Amino acid sequence: MTTQVISPLSKALNDIASGFGGHKIWTMLGWQDIKQRYRRSALGPWWLTISTGVMVAGMGPLYGRLFGQPTAGYVAFVAASLIAWQLINAIINDSCQVFIAAEGHIKQTRLPLSIYVYRVIWRNMIIFIHNLAILLIVYILMPFEVSVSTLLAVAGLLLLLINSVWIGLMLGMLCARFRDIPQIIASLLQIAFFLTPIFWKPEMLGRHQWIAQINPLFHLVEIIRNPLLGKSASLLSWGVVSGVAVIGSIATLSLFSRFRARIAYWL
Amino acid sequence: MAHISAKNLIVDFPIYGAASRSLKNTVLHSATGGSLAKDSADKVVVRALNGLSFEIGEGDRIGLLGHNGSGKSTLLRVLAGGYEPISGTLDMEGSVASMLSISLGMEGEANGYENIVMMCTLMGLGPKEIDKLMPEITEFTELGEFLSMPLRTYSSGMHMRVPFAVATAVKADIVLMDEWLSVGDEAFSKKAQARLQEMLDSAKILVLASHDRKLLESNCNRLFHLEHGHLVEIENL
Repeated sequence: MTTQVISPLSKALNDIASGFGGHKIWTMLGWQDIKQRYRRSALGPWWLTISTGVMVAGMGPLYGRLFGQPTAGYVAFVAASLIAWQLINAIINDSCQVFIAAEGHIKQTRLPLSIYVYRVIWRNMIIFIHNLAILLIVYILMPFEVSVSTLLAVAGLLLLLINSVWIGLMLGMLCARFRDIPQIIASLLQIAFFLTPIFWKPEMLGRHQWIAQINPLFHLVEIIRNPLLGKSASLLSWGVVSGVAVIGSIATLSLFSRFRARIAYWL
Repeated sequence: MAHISAKNLIVDFPIYGAASRSLKNTVLHSATGGSLAKDSADKVVVRALNGLSFEIGEGDRIGLLGHNGSGKSTLLRVLAGGYEPISGTLDMEGSVASMLSISLGMEGEANGYENIVMMCTLMGLGPKEIDKLMPEITEFTELGEFLSMPLRTYSSGMHMRVPFAVATAVKADIVLMDEWLSVGDEAFSKKAQARLQEMLDSAKILVLASHDRKLLESNCNRLFHLEHGHLVEIENL
Protein backbone atom coordinates (compact mmCIF):
# COMPACT_ATOMS: atom_id res chain seq x y z
CA MET A 1 0.00 0.00 0.00
CA THR A 2 1.62 3.20 -1.11
CA THR A 3 0.36 6.32 0.51
CA GLN A 4 1.63 9.30 -1.42
CA VAL A 5 1.94 8.24 -5.04
CA ILE A 6 -1.82 7.83 -5.51
CA SER A 7 -3.67 11.08 -6.16
CA PRO A 8 -6.21 12.32 -3.60
CA LEU A 9 -8.97 12.08 -6.21
CA SER A 10 -8.40 8.41 -6.92
CA LYS A 11 -8.16 7.75 -3.20
CA ALA A 12 -11.51 9.45 -2.72
CA LEU A 13 -13.08 7.48 -5.56
CA ASN A 14 -11.54 4.32 -4.20
CA ASP A 15 -13.03 5.07 -0.79
CA ILE A 16 -16.49 5.52 -2.27
CA ALA A 17 -16.24 2.34 -4.36
CA SER A 18 -14.63 0.07 -1.81
CA GLY A 19 -17.00 1.37 0.84
CA PHE A 20 -19.90 0.25 -1.31
CA GLY A 21 -18.15 -3.10 -1.77
CA GLY A 22 -18.11 -3.47 2.00
CA HIS A 23 -21.85 -4.03 1.94
CA LYS A 24 -21.61 -6.80 4.51
CA ILE A 25 -20.37 -4.22 6.97
CA TRP A 26 -22.78 -1.37 6.23
CA THR A 27 -25.85 -3.57 6.06
CA MET A 28 -24.84 -5.06 9.41
CA LEU A 29 -24.20 -1.65 10.97
CA GLY A 30 -27.47 -0.27 9.58
CA TRP A 31 -29.51 -3.15 10.98
CA GLN A 32 -27.64 -2.87 14.22
CA ASP A 33 -28.63 0.81 14.53
CA ILE A 34 -32.27 -0.12 14.17
CA LYS A 35 -32.08 -3.09 16.51
CA GLN A 36 -30.27 -1.04 19.10
CA ARG A 37 -32.85 1.71 18.99
CA TYR A 38 -35.74 -0.68 19.48
CA ARG A 39 -34.12 -3.60 21.25
CA ARG A 40 -36.49 -3.99 24.17
CA SER A 41 -39.60 -2.54 22.59
CA ALA A 42 -42.26 -4.95 21.42
CA LEU A 43 -43.11 -3.16 18.18
CA GLY A 44 -39.59 -2.12 17.23
CA PRO A 45 -39.25 -0.03 14.08
CA TRP A 46 -43.01 -0.24 13.60
CA TRP A 47 -43.23 2.56 16.15
CA LEU A 48 -42.07 4.99 13.51
CA THR A 49 -44.61 3.60 11.10
CA ILE A 50 -47.32 4.02 13.69
CA SER A 51 -46.43 7.62 14.41
CA THR A 52 -46.40 8.41 10.69
CA GLY A 53 -49.69 6.55 10.36
CA VAL A 54 -51.27 8.56 13.15
CA MET A 55 -50.08 11.74 11.49
CA VAL A 56 -51.67 10.68 8.20
CA ALA A 57 -54.91 9.72 9.92
CA GLY A 58 -55.03 12.99 11.78
CA MET A 59 -53.76 15.46 9.21
CA GLY A 60 -55.31 13.82 6.14
CA PRO A 61 -58.99 14.51 6.82
CA LEU A 62 -58.37 17.81 8.62
CA TYR A 63 -56.17 19.45 6.02
CA GLY A 64 -58.31 17.95 3.28
CA ARG A 65 -61.14 19.95 4.76
CA LEU A 66 -59.02 23.08 5.19
CA PHE A 67 -57.84 22.97 1.59
CA GLY A 68 -61.24 21.91 0.25
CA GLN A 69 -59.92 18.63 -1.18
CA PRO A 70 -61.84 15.35 -1.53
CA THR A 71 -60.89 13.31 1.55
CA ALA A 72 -60.02 9.95 -0.05
CA GLY A 73 -57.60 11.34 -2.62
CA TYR A 74 -56.10 13.77 -0.16
CA VAL A 75 -55.36 11.14 2.51
CA ALA A 76 -53.46 9.04 -0.02
CA PHE A 77 -51.62 12.18 -1.11
CA VAL A 78 -50.62 13.04 2.44
CA ALA A 79 -49.57 9.45 3.15
CA ALA A 80 -47.29 9.27 0.10
CA SER A 81 -45.98 12.77 0.78
CA LEU A 82 -45.12 12.10 4.41
CA ILE A 83 -43.43 8.79 3.65
CA ALA A 84 -41.30 10.42 0.96
CA TRP A 85 -40.54 13.43 3.13
CA GLN A 86 -39.58 11.37 6.15
CA LEU A 87 -37.08 9.42 4.10
CA ILE A 88 -35.51 12.59 2.67
CA ASN A 89 -35.63 14.41 5.99
CA ALA A 90 -34.08 11.53 7.93
CA ILE A 91 -31.30 11.01 5.40
CA ILE A 92 -30.36 14.70 5.44
CA ASN A 93 -30.58 14.93 9.24
CA ASP A 94 -28.64 11.72 9.85
CA SER A 95 -26.02 12.75 7.31
CA CYS A 96 -24.83 15.34 9.80
CA GLN A 97 -23.82 12.59 12.21
CA VAL A 98 -22.35 9.98 9.83
CA PHE A 99 -18.74 10.60 10.80
CA ILE A 100 -19.32 12.05 14.26
CA ALA A 101 -21.24 8.93 15.32
CA ALA A 102 -18.60 6.61 13.87
CA GLU A 103 -15.70 8.30 15.64
CA GLY A 104 -14.47 5.13 17.34
CA HIS A 105 -14.40 3.12 14.14
CA ILE A 106 -12.84 5.87 12.07
CA LYS A 107 -9.95 6.51 14.45
CA GLN A 108 -9.05 2.88 14.97
CA THR A 109 -9.64 1.11 11.67
CA ARG A 110 -8.85 1.52 8.00
CA LEU A 111 -12.42 1.00 6.80
CA PRO A 112 -13.43 3.31 3.95
CA LEU A 113 -15.25 6.37 5.27
CA SER A 114 -18.10 6.02 2.79
CA ILE A 115 -19.18 2.87 4.65
CA TYR A 116 -20.73 5.06 7.33
CA VAL A 117 -22.69 6.97 4.70
CA TYR A 118 -24.09 3.77 3.17
CA ARG A 119 -24.95 2.61 6.67
CA VAL A 120 -27.12 5.67 7.28
CA ILE A 121 -28.82 5.32 3.88
CA TRP A 122 -29.47 1.63 4.49
CA ARG A 123 -30.90 2.27 7.93
CA ASN A 124 -33.34 4.82 6.52
CA MET A 125 -34.31 2.56 3.63
CA ILE A 126 -35.33 -0.07 6.16
CA ILE A 127 -37.54 2.46 7.93
CA PHE A 128 -38.94 3.62 4.58
CA ILE A 129 -39.93 0.07 3.69
CA HIS A 130 -41.71 -0.25 7.02
CA ASN A 131 -43.53 2.99 6.28
CA LEU A 132 -44.83 1.68 2.97
CA ALA A 133 -47.25 -0.36 5.07
CA ILE A 134 -49.17 2.87 5.71
CA LEU A 135 -49.71 3.34 2.00
CA LEU A 136 -50.91 -0.24 1.75
CA ILE A 137 -53.47 0.34 4.47
CA VAL A 138 -54.64 3.56 2.83
CA TYR A 139 -54.92 1.68 -0.45
CA ILE A 140 -57.08 -1.00 1.13
CA LEU A 141 -59.35 1.56 2.82
CA MET A 142 -59.58 4.10 0.00
CA PRO A 143 -58.07 2.68 -3.20
CA PHE A 144 -56.05 5.09 -5.32
CA GLU A 145 -54.68 4.64 -8.79
CA VAL A 146 -51.93 2.08 -9.35
CA SER A 147 -50.44 1.98 -12.85
CA VAL A 148 -47.28 1.30 -14.81
CA SER A 149 -46.03 4.63 -13.52
CA THR A 150 -45.92 3.12 -10.02
CA LEU A 151 -42.77 1.31 -11.14
CA LEU A 152 -41.14 4.71 -11.55
CA ALA A 153 -40.96 4.81 -7.76
CA VAL A 154 -37.92 2.55 -8.07
CA ALA A 155 -36.23 5.03 -10.39
CA GLY A 156 -37.17 7.87 -8.06
CA LEU A 157 -35.72 6.06 -5.08
CA LEU A 158 -32.55 5.24 -6.98
CA LEU A 159 -32.07 8.91 -7.86
CA LEU A 160 -32.66 9.86 -4.25
CA LEU A 161 -30.09 7.29 -3.11
CA ILE A 162 -27.50 8.66 -5.53
CA ASN A 163 -28.13 12.09 -4.11
CA SER A 164 -27.95 10.69 -0.59
CA VAL A 165 -24.39 9.51 -1.14
CA TRP A 166 -23.06 12.98 -1.87
CA ILE A 167 -25.29 14.59 0.75
CA GLY A 168 -24.01 12.12 3.35
CA LEU A 169 -20.37 12.69 2.48
CA MET A 170 -20.74 16.45 2.19
CA LEU A 171 -22.79 17.08 5.33
CA GLY A 172 -20.83 14.43 7.21
CA MET A 173 -17.62 16.30 6.47
CA LEU A 174 -18.97 19.78 7.12
CA CYS A 175 -20.62 18.76 10.37
CA ALA A 176 -17.53 16.93 11.63
CA ARG A 177 -15.54 20.11 11.13
CA PHE A 178 -18.13 22.71 12.13
CA ARG A 179 -20.28 21.46 14.94
CA ASP A 180 -22.91 24.18 14.57
CA ILE A 181 -24.05 22.92 11.20
CA PRO A 182 -26.15 19.99 12.49
CA GLN A 183 -28.29 22.48 14.45
CA ILE A 184 -28.64 24.74 11.42
CA ILE A 185 -29.65 21.84 9.20
CA ALA A 186 -32.18 20.59 11.73
CA SER A 187 -33.91 23.95 11.94
CA LEU A 188 -33.80 24.48 8.19
CA LEU A 189 -35.45 21.11 7.67
CA GLN A 190 -38.16 22.04 10.10
CA ILE A 191 -38.99 25.15 8.08
CA ALA A 192 -38.63 23.23 4.83
CA PHE A 193 -41.36 20.84 5.97
CA PHE A 194 -43.83 23.72 5.78
CA LEU A 195 -42.37 25.55 2.79
CA THR A 196 -42.20 22.43 0.63
CA PRO A 197 -45.48 21.23 -0.88
CA ILE A 198 -45.86 18.17 1.31
CA PHE A 199 -49.36 18.45 2.68
CA TRP A 200 -50.35 21.13 0.21
CA LYS A 201 -50.11 21.15 -3.56
CA PRO A 202 -48.23 23.68 -5.68
CA GLU A 203 -51.42 24.29 -7.70
CA MET A 204 -52.89 25.89 -4.58
CA LEU A 205 -50.38 28.73 -5.03
CA GLY A 206 -52.10 29.84 -8.23
CA ARG A 207 -49.87 32.32 -10.03
CA HIS A 208 -47.08 31.82 -7.54
CA GLN A 209 -46.26 28.19 -8.25
CA TRP A 210 -42.64 29.18 -8.76
CA ILE A 211 -42.29 29.20 -4.98
CA ALA A 212 -42.61 25.42 -5.10
CA GLN A 213 -40.74 24.96 -8.36
CA ILE A 214 -37.52 26.66 -7.22
CA ASN A 215 -37.32 24.32 -4.23
CA PRO A 216 -35.20 21.23 -5.04
CA LEU A 217 -36.73 19.40 -2.09
CA PHE A 218 -40.10 19.65 -3.82
CA HIS A 219 -38.73 17.85 -6.87
CA LEU A 220 -37.11 15.25 -4.67
CA VAL A 221 -40.45 14.60 -2.97
CA GLU A 222 -42.25 14.55 -6.32
CA ILE A 223 -40.18 11.80 -7.95
CA ILE A 224 -41.01 9.45 -5.08
CA ARG A 225 -44.51 10.57 -4.11
CA ASN A 226 -46.04 10.73 -7.57
CA PRO A 227 -45.02 7.22 -8.67
CA LEU A 228 -46.28 5.86 -5.33
CA LEU A 229 -49.66 7.35 -6.25
CA GLY A 230 -49.55 5.86 -9.75
CA LYS A 231 -48.48 9.03 -11.58
CA SER A 232 -45.20 10.09 -13.07
CA ALA A 233 -43.47 13.23 -11.94
CA SER A 234 -42.91 16.14 -14.32
CA LEU A 235 -39.86 16.12 -16.55
CA LEU A 236 -38.73 19.23 -14.71
CA SER A 237 -38.63 17.29 -11.43
CA TRP A 238 -36.63 14.42 -12.91
CA GLY A 239 -34.32 16.93 -14.54
CA VAL A 240 -33.75 19.01 -11.41
CA VAL A 241 -33.03 15.97 -9.24
CA SER A 242 -30.63 14.52 -11.83
CA GLY A 243 -28.93 17.89 -12.19
CA VAL A 244 -28.56 18.25 -8.44
CA ALA A 245 -27.08 14.74 -8.33
CA VAL A 246 -24.42 15.64 -10.91
CA ILE A 247 -23.52 19.04 -9.45
CA GLY A 248 -23.61 17.78 -5.87
CA SER A 249 -21.45 14.77 -6.70
CA ILE A 250 -18.83 16.89 -8.42
CA ALA A 251 -18.72 19.41 -5.57
CA THR A 252 -18.56 16.63 -2.98
CA LEU A 253 -15.86 14.76 -4.85
CA SER A 254 -13.62 17.79 -4.95
CA LEU A 255 -14.18 18.46 -1.26
CA PHE A 256 -13.89 14.81 -0.26
CA SER A 257 -10.65 14.25 -2.15
CA ARG A 258 -9.22 17.32 -0.49
CA PHE A 259 -10.29 16.59 3.09
CA ARG A 260 -10.87 12.82 3.30
CA ALA A 261 -7.66 12.24 5.22
CA ARG A 262 -8.44 15.11 7.59
CA ILE A 263 -11.81 13.81 8.78
CA ALA A 264 -10.30 11.52 11.44
CA TYR A 265 -8.54 14.56 12.91
CA TRP A 266 -11.74 16.57 13.14
CA LEU A 267 -13.50 14.00 15.29
CA MET B 1 7.00 -10.04 2.31
CA ALA B 2 5.42 -8.24 5.18
CA HIS B 3 7.09 -4.95 5.90
CA ILE B 4 6.47 -1.44 7.15
CA SER B 5 8.58 1.43 5.98
CA ALA B 6 8.02 4.98 7.05
CA LYS B 7 9.75 8.09 5.86
CA ASN B 8 9.41 11.39 7.66
CA LEU B 9 5.97 10.72 9.14
CA ILE B 10 4.37 13.83 10.55
CA VAL B 11 1.07 13.88 12.42
CA ASP B 12 -0.49 17.11 13.69
CA PHE B 13 -3.65 17.23 15.72
CA PRO B 14 -5.57 20.44 15.17
CA ILE B 15 -7.33 21.68 18.28
CA TYR B 16 -10.09 23.85 16.94
CA GLY B 17 -11.45 26.69 18.97
CA ALA B 18 -8.88 26.29 21.74
CA ALA B 19 -7.24 29.67 21.18
CA SER B 20 -10.42 31.67 21.11
CA ARG B 21 -11.83 29.89 24.15
CA SER B 22 -8.80 30.54 26.26
CA LEU B 23 -9.33 33.59 28.43
CA LYS B 24 -5.57 33.95 28.92
CA ASN B 25 -4.98 34.31 25.19
CA THR B 26 -7.74 36.82 24.85
CA VAL B 27 -6.34 38.91 27.68
CA LEU B 28 -2.76 38.66 26.36
CA HIS B 29 -3.86 39.79 22.94
CA SER B 30 -5.61 42.80 24.30
CA ALA B 31 -2.49 43.70 26.31
CA THR B 32 -0.09 43.41 23.37
CA GLY B 33 -2.26 45.30 20.97
CA GLY B 34 -3.74 44.34 17.66
CA SER B 35 -0.61 43.08 15.89
CA LEU B 36 -0.69 39.62 17.41
CA ALA B 37 -4.39 39.12 17.17
CA LYS B 38 -4.26 39.42 13.41
CA ASP B 39 -2.20 36.29 12.85
CA SER B 40 -3.62 34.29 15.70
CA ALA B 41 -5.74 31.85 13.76
CA ASP B 42 -8.33 30.04 15.77
CA LYS B 43 -6.30 26.88 15.57
CA VAL B 44 -3.79 25.26 17.88
CA VAL B 45 -1.78 22.37 16.53
CA VAL B 46 -0.26 19.59 18.57
CA ARG B 47 2.52 17.79 16.73
CA ALA B 48 2.10 14.18 17.84
CA LEU B 49 4.62 12.59 15.49
CA ASN B 50 7.53 14.60 14.20
CA GLY B 51 9.45 13.23 11.25
CA LEU B 52 9.51 9.52 12.06
CA SER B 53 11.52 7.31 9.70
CA PHE B 54 12.04 3.59 10.16
CA GLU B 55 12.11 0.24 8.43
CA ILE B 56 10.44 -2.81 9.90
CA GLY B 57 10.98 -6.13 8.19
CA GLU B 58 9.70 -9.65 8.50
CA GLY B 59 10.44 -11.23 11.84
CA ASP B 60 10.76 -7.91 13.61
CA ARG B 61 9.25 -7.52 17.05
CA ILE B 62 9.07 -3.81 17.78
CA GLY B 63 8.58 -2.44 21.25
CA LEU B 64 7.45 1.20 21.50
CA LEU B 65 8.72 2.85 24.65
CA GLY B 66 8.06 6.36 25.87
CA HIS B 67 6.26 8.59 28.33
CA ASN B 68 2.59 9.46 28.17
CA GLY B 69 2.05 11.69 25.17
CA SER B 70 5.26 10.63 23.45
CA GLY B 71 3.34 9.42 20.41
CA LYS B 72 3.18 5.64 20.95
CA SER B 73 -0.58 5.32 20.56
CA THR B 74 -0.67 7.82 17.73
CA LEU B 75 1.93 5.82 15.84
CA LEU B 76 -0.09 2.64 16.39
CA ARG B 77 -3.23 4.34 15.11
CA VAL B 78 -1.41 5.58 12.05
CA LEU B 79 -0.23 2.02 11.39
CA ALA B 80 -3.78 0.77 11.96
CA GLY B 81 -5.00 3.17 9.27
CA GLY B 82 -7.14 5.41 11.44
CA TYR B 83 -5.07 8.54 10.93
CA GLU B 84 -3.31 9.38 7.71
CA PRO B 85 -0.06 11.25 8.31
CA ILE B 86 -0.21 14.84 7.10
CA SER B 87 3.12 14.38 5.37
CA GLY B 88 5.67 11.69 4.81
CA THR B 89 5.26 8.26 3.27
CA LEU B 90 4.13 5.03 4.80
CA ASP B 91 4.40 1.73 2.95
CA MET B 92 2.84 -1.32 4.51
CA GLU B 93 2.52 -4.79 3.14
CA GLY B 94 0.67 -7.63 4.78
CA SER B 95 -2.62 -8.16 6.56
CA VAL B 96 -2.99 -6.06 9.70
CA ALA B 97 -4.64 -7.09 12.95
CA SER B 98 -5.25 -4.11 15.18
CA MET B 99 -5.66 -5.01 18.84
CA LEU B 100 -5.83 -1.36 19.90
CA SER B 101 -9.38 -1.39 21.14
CA ILE B 102 -10.71 -4.86 20.68
CA SER B 103 -14.12 -4.14 22.16
CA LEU B 104 -14.92 -1.64 19.41
CA GLY B 105 -18.37 -2.24 17.95
CA MET B 106 -19.68 -4.30 20.84
CA GLU B 107 -23.31 -3.89 21.71
CA GLY B 108 -24.59 -4.36 25.25
CA GLU B 109 -28.12 -5.22 24.22
CA ALA B 110 -27.05 -7.86 21.71
CA ASN B 111 -26.16 -11.36 22.87
CA GLY B 112 -22.76 -13.01 22.74
CA TYR B 113 -23.28 -14.75 19.41
CA GLU B 114 -24.54 -11.60 17.73
CA ASN B 115 -21.58 -9.66 19.05
CA ILE B 116 -19.16 -12.25 17.73
CA VAL B 117 -20.77 -12.03 14.29
CA MET B 118 -20.67 -8.23 14.40
CA MET B 119 -17.03 -8.05 15.36
CA CYS B 120 -16.04 -10.66 12.80
CA THR B 121 -17.94 -8.73 10.11
CA LEU B 122 -16.12 -5.54 11.05
CA MET B 123 -12.86 -7.44 10.62
CA GLY B 124 -13.95 -8.10 7.06
CA LEU B 125 -14.95 -11.75 7.41
CA GLY B 126 -17.84 -13.19 5.41
CA PRO B 127 -20.70 -15.33 6.78
CA LYS B 128 -19.03 -18.59 5.76
CA GLU B 129 -15.75 -17.76 7.44
CA ILE B 130 -17.63 -16.65 10.54
CA ASP B 131 -19.57 -19.93 10.64
CA LYS B 132 -16.29 -21.77 10.47
CA LEU B 133 -14.69 -19.77 13.27
CA MET B 134 -17.75 -19.67 15.51
CA PRO B 135 -17.36 -23.06 17.31
CA GLU B 136 -13.75 -22.39 18.12
CA ILE B 137 -14.44 -18.86 19.39
CA THR B 138 -17.43 -19.83 21.51
CA GLU B 139 -15.60 -22.79 22.98
CA PHE B 140 -12.65 -20.66 23.92
CA THR B 141 -14.78 -18.12 25.81
CA GLU B 142 -16.14 -20.90 28.08
CA LEU B 143 -19.28 -18.81 28.39
CA GLY B 144 -21.62 -21.62 27.35
CA GLU B 145 -25.26 -20.66 27.59
CA PHE B 146 -24.38 -17.11 28.60
CA LEU B 147 -23.64 -16.46 24.95
CA SER B 148 -27.34 -16.32 24.22
CA MET B 149 -27.82 -13.63 26.88
CA PRO B 150 -27.40 -9.88 26.25
CA LEU B 151 -23.85 -8.76 26.81
CA ARG B 152 -24.92 -6.20 29.43
CA THR B 153 -25.72 -9.10 31.79
CA TYR B 154 -22.09 -10.25 31.79
CA SER B 155 -19.61 -9.45 34.51
CA SER B 156 -16.75 -7.28 33.24
CA GLY B 157 -14.41 -10.27 33.26
CA MET B 158 -16.80 -12.34 31.16
CA HIS B 159 -17.44 -9.36 28.94
CA MET B 160 -13.81 -9.06 27.86
CA ARG B 161 -13.55 -12.73 26.92
CA VAL B 162 -15.73 -12.19 23.86
CA PRO B 163 -13.69 -9.54 22.03
CA PHE B 164 -10.48 -11.22 23.13
CA ALA B 165 -11.56 -14.54 21.63
CA VAL B 166 -12.54 -12.82 18.38
CA ALA B 167 -9.43 -10.66 18.11
CA THR B 168 -7.15 -13.65 18.58
CA ALA B 169 -9.11 -15.96 16.30
CA VAL B 170 -7.63 -14.76 13.04
CA LYS B 171 -3.93 -14.78 12.28
CA ALA B 172 -2.41 -11.76 10.58
CA ASP B 173 0.95 -10.71 9.16
CA ILE B 174 1.20 -7.54 11.20
CA VAL B 175 -0.14 -7.30 14.75
CA LEU B 176 -0.51 -3.96 16.51
CA MET B 177 -1.04 -3.89 20.24
CA ASP B 178 -1.24 -1.11 22.83
CA GLU B 179 -0.21 -2.62 26.17
CA TRP B 180 -0.34 -6.35 26.73
CA LEU B 181 -3.83 -7.80 26.74
CA SER B 182 -4.88 -9.82 29.74
CA VAL B 183 -8.34 -11.07 30.49
CA GLY B 184 -10.26 -13.19 32.92
CA ASP B 185 -9.58 -14.92 36.21
CA GLU B 186 -6.41 -16.85 36.94
CA ALA B 187 -7.23 -20.07 35.11
CA PHE B 188 -8.69 -18.32 32.09
CA SER B 189 -5.90 -15.79 32.00
CA LYS B 190 -3.32 -18.57 31.53
CA LYS B 191 -5.27 -19.99 28.64
CA ALA B 192 -5.68 -16.54 27.16
CA GLN B 193 -1.99 -15.76 27.42
CA ALA B 194 -1.14 -18.96 25.58
CA ARG B 195 -3.61 -18.10 22.83
CA LEU B 196 -2.31 -14.54 22.50
CA GLN B 197 1.28 -15.74 22.48
CA GLU B 198 0.46 -18.20 19.72
CA MET B 199 -1.09 -15.46 17.63
CA LEU B 200 1.85 -13.12 18.18
CA ASP B 201 4.34 -15.87 17.39
CA SER B 202 2.68 -16.60 14.09
CA ALA B 203 2.66 -12.92 13.11
CA LYS B 204 5.48 -11.77 10.85
CA ILE B 205 5.64 -8.35 12.48
CA LEU B 206 4.60 -7.24 15.94
CA VAL B 207 4.40 -3.64 17.09
CA LEU B 208 3.74 -3.42 20.81
CA ALA B 209 3.55 -0.26 22.90
CA SER B 210 4.08 -0.49 26.63
CA HIS B 211 5.50 1.28 29.65
CA ASP B 212 6.82 -2.03 30.93
CA ARG B 213 10.40 -2.32 29.73
CA LYS B 214 10.76 -5.90 31.00
CA LEU B 215 7.75 -7.00 29.02
CA LEU B 216 9.13 -5.41 25.89
CA GLU B 217 12.56 -6.88 26.44
CA SER B 218 11.16 -10.38 26.67
CA ASN B 219 8.94 -10.02 23.60
CA CYS B 220 10.78 -7.72 21.23
CA ASN B 221 14.02 -7.61 19.31
CA ARG B 222 14.04 -3.86 18.70
CA LEU B 223 12.96 -1.02 20.96
CA PHE B 224 11.86 2.31 19.53
CA HIS B 225 12.25 5.11 22.05
CA LEU B 226 9.77 7.91 21.46
CA GLU B 227 10.03 11.34 23.02
CA HIS B 228 7.69 14.25 22.23
CA GLY B 229 6.84 12.72 18.89
CA HIS B 230 10.46 12.09 17.90
CA LEU B 231 11.99 8.68 17.40
CA VAL B 232 15.08 9.35 19.48
CA GLU B 233 16.68 5.94 19.57
CA ILE B 234 16.36 2.48 18.06
CA GLU B 235 17.81 -0.08 20.43
CA ASN B 236 18.56 -3.55 19.11
CA LEU B 237 18.33 -6.30 21.68
